[in-house]
Amino acid sequence: MTLRTTPLHDAHRAAGARLVDFAGWSMPLHYGSQIEEHHRVRRDAGMFDVSHMLAIDIEGAGARDFLRHVLANDVVRLREPGRALYSCMLADGGGVLDDLIVYARPGGAYRVVVNAGTAEKDRDWLESRARRSRSDVTLTPRHDLAMVAVQGPNAREKFWTAFPQTRAATEPLKPFHAAEAGDMFVARTGYTGEDGFEVMLPAAAAEGLWGALRHSGVAAAGLAARDTLRLEAGMNLYGQDMDESITPFECGLAWTVDFSNPRDFIGRRALEQNPRRFGFLGLLLNDRGVMRAHQVVRTDEGAGEITSGGFSPTMNRSIALARVPPAIGAGARAQVEVRGNALDAVVVKPPFVRQGRILVDVSRKP
Amino acid sequence: METPQNLKYTDSHEWVRQEADGTVTVGITDHAQAQLGDVVFVENPEPGRTVRKGDECGVIESVKAAADIYAPLSGEIVAANNELTDTPAKINSQPYEAWMFRIKPSDPGELSKLLDAAGYEKIADADRH
Repeated sequence: MTLRTTPLHDAHRAAGARLVDFAGWSMPLHYGSQIEEHHRVRRDAGMFDVSHMLAIDIEGAGARDFLRHVLANDVVRLREPGRALYSCMLADGGGVLDDLIVYARPGGAYRVVVNAGTAEKDRDWLESRARRSRSDVTLTPRHDLAMVAVQGPNAREKFWTAFPQTRAATEPLKPFHAAEAGDMFVARTGYTGEDGFEVMLPAAAAEGLWGALRHSGVAAAGLAARDTLRLEAGMNLYGQDMDESITPFECGLAWTVDFSNPRDFIGRRALEQNPRRFGFLGLLLNDRGVMRAHQVVRTDEGAGEITSGGFSPTMNRSIALARVPPAIGAGARAQVEVRGNALDAVVVKPPFVRQGRILVDVSRKP
Repeated sequence: METPQNLKYTDSHEWVRQEADGTVTVGITDHAQAQLGDVVFVENPEPGRTVRKGDECGVIESVKAAADIYAPLSGEIVAANNELTDTPAKINSQPYEAWMFRIKPSDPGELSKLLDAAGYEKIADADRH
């Protein structure tokens, strides 16, 4: 099976990346040490090739109402161009089809950025709903764009060192806001819990961007570090923490669903009618070992399951996100079945780490 | 990929070094550490324990996966490298110096059954594909 490649594939190979198949794309897992790359993002600046994700531009007089119908969060909140929103896209039954970021752009247009593994599914879904709406909505998948996430406390500064001409347009950006700067679309968003930019630009310009950022001291970082960073930041991974069988209430995303006005969005009725079957919280392991997806969690209120588990380089211990019985809250004790042993853990409210700081109580209780 | 000529190997990716006092020192190969990725925990067998060749006698946990370590020979565990508790990453950076444990072999005949460097390289190559 031939894997798809991003415009930065040659750069990754030249840098000695360990390449793996991710959602049908050949992507860098790491460039030597995923732990080093993780620390570099938390302490300085790192960059990720995320060109496998898909931007879809949505235009036309009916664009806003269309998005207010297909997204669980409400784009009416994007009152001026440049604002962005994190949202789930739901199926009729309330299950999550994908999580995405939607940006308002000039002229009543929007851009959504969806996950690589769900890109085709999302596109088909949006196109069929657009046809059904019979309103003036045009969808344009932007396969011509590359995407690079530059993240870390020094990320923006190093980005401006590489591209001083973008400073005027992008320095004023608040978090979750975006601006055009030349042929770049620059958003102050990310998936690491650190400050930084996600940049979308023509594929032909990607290598130049990557090289200029390396020259300005931004380290290349791979998907493995991306996963440990987002886990520490308490950010969900679609396909692991949630899928079509899980509602936003059951994966910690109730805050992304906007019920504040009588808007008919897909999945609303199902969410209103069906009770939450489980809660979703974090786990901190007290013992040595690493929690992993699908391991069983035992609590005083019943059993749960780890959805995402791993090792936190910042805290030097194992952390996880897990489905837990609805009655369980932060502070509860739990045992996690790791390789045949019942290891001791405590339930915490994510995020674990943001902006380089540990936010949970890491003292080990006897 | 480094495979020192002076060591012996198992098909489960352990290296074995014969010491002057008759004991053997055991660790994991460069190929094994590259497959595992960044090591975060090392569980060594207890000194004093008797093992049979092929017994599970340790665990290396990386960010990516957990790997069981098997006794390459039968005998008694006479030492374990406690340094690895604080610096597990040494297994990645210096796989042939970051020894895990030492065995006093009980069956000298087993030594000849271990692989030499060339024999191990064939296994590592096959494992990579």
